[in-house]
Amino acid sequence: MKSPAPYRRPYFDTQPEYLFPQYASTVRRAPREPLVVLPHTLSEVTAPVFGYGDIKPTDNDLTKQHKGEPQGERIVVSGRALDENGKPIPNMLIEIWQANAAGRYNHVVDQHDAPIDPNFTGGGRCLTDANGNYRFLTIRPGEYPWRNHYNAWRPAHIHFSLFGPALVTRLITQMYFPGDPLLDYDPMYNCVADEKARERLVSVFDWENTLPEYALAYRFDIVLRGREATPMETRR
Amino acid sequence: MSLRATTSQTIGPYLRIGLEWMVIEDLAPQGVAGERVRIEGRVLDGDGRPVNDAAVEIWQANSHGKYASPEDTQDKPLDPKFRGYGRSLTDNDGNFRFRTIKPGRVPGSEGKLQAPHLAVTIFMRGLLKQLLTRIYFPDEPANADDPVLKLVPAERRPTLLARRKGDGVLEWNVILQGKNETVFFDF
Repeated sequence: MKSPAPYRRPYFDTQPEYLFPQYASTVRRAPREPLVVLPHTLSEVTAPVFGYGDIKPTDNDLTKQHKGEPQGERIVVSGRALDENGKPIPNMLIEIWQANAAGRYNHVVDQHDAPIDPNFTGGGRCLTDANGNYRFLTIRPGEYPWRNHYNAWRPAHIHFSLFGPALVTRLITQMYFPGDPLLDYDPMYNCVADEKARERLVSVFDWENTLPEYALAYRFDIVLRGREATPMETRR
Repeated sequence: MSLRATTSQTIGPYLRIGLEWMVIEDLAPQGVAGERVRIEGRVLDGDGRPVNDAAVEIWQANSHGKYASPEDTQDKPLDPKFRGYGRSLTDNDGNFRFRTIKPGRVPGSEGKLQAPHLAVTIFMRGLLKQLLTRIYFPDEPANADDPVLKLVPAERRPTLLARRKGDGVLEWNVILQGKNETVFFDF
């Protein structure tokens, strides 16, 4: 078997380093020894495949998981998953999680003094369609304080987890909202120097996908690593 | 082509809300071919304290050395009951655990076979992107010629090797910093 075509290495300043002291938790968790550069073998260019045996088509609606309606503003969050070569990523599992409208996570660790919403858990998932499109219906999450530094607040965000076709395309990221004044002060948002890379984490208001008299909409396109254009011999 | 990959962000402390529904700690139900193995370990931070909010994922070939992925075009049998993906979320003492089968050998660079291994992806609060490492098996003669292990300085290779405990369990720990820091890959 030929050596597989490797995936492109990250473009300069678009992916975070492990150690980023402005985000205090990295200090005791980031590795300190040099990383070992790994060639992309069959183990790195393959990944698990998921399907409707794993999830239900309705798992993408976070507003219908309980008897009552959740508090807050309903929103549609949709977009497209592509690779760096512009190729859509079909049939891919996307998992999301988020705080409720008051900025409280339905999680034992979250002790923020804001109300739990018994009608909102905050977790959902879906598969991209044949063209890489995905769609969620949810509640706009609230901002919330955290203890990274004095008077630290996280901007409103939704966590996204994606697999892609390869071990090395696995991505967990966060989607933010346009115009959020907290973005400038957030160490996570500011973890990379490339301003355009940061701005790609911010969804755009999406008039076309609004649901009249029901929900506003935001669009968030996601790009996973792409393969080098031509197969290359892997070198040590 | 000019698209650039989306920037990675931390999984944060509330990962269970999104990821707990698909915890898979037993990868190999009855009928899956291969030598059964139990792997257990802990994730420890730079102060030696357990990390109670990590997601540990494994990815592996079946006992024939075939990945259940369309990218694997080798002429080897698939095992319909074996996907090869596992996910464990650490408990309050930093423990994770898997029951699976020992994978077969898969090709590496330059056509050489790799020693049996599990790819391990680790996410946690305090990591802005995932860590990637591997678990190799003890008493495995193929380890001596493994092309990836050879890239690792000899004194650090033991961090990638599981240790056989008395009860048949293979122990493999993730040490994030300090003495015996686990080898992590730039991928």
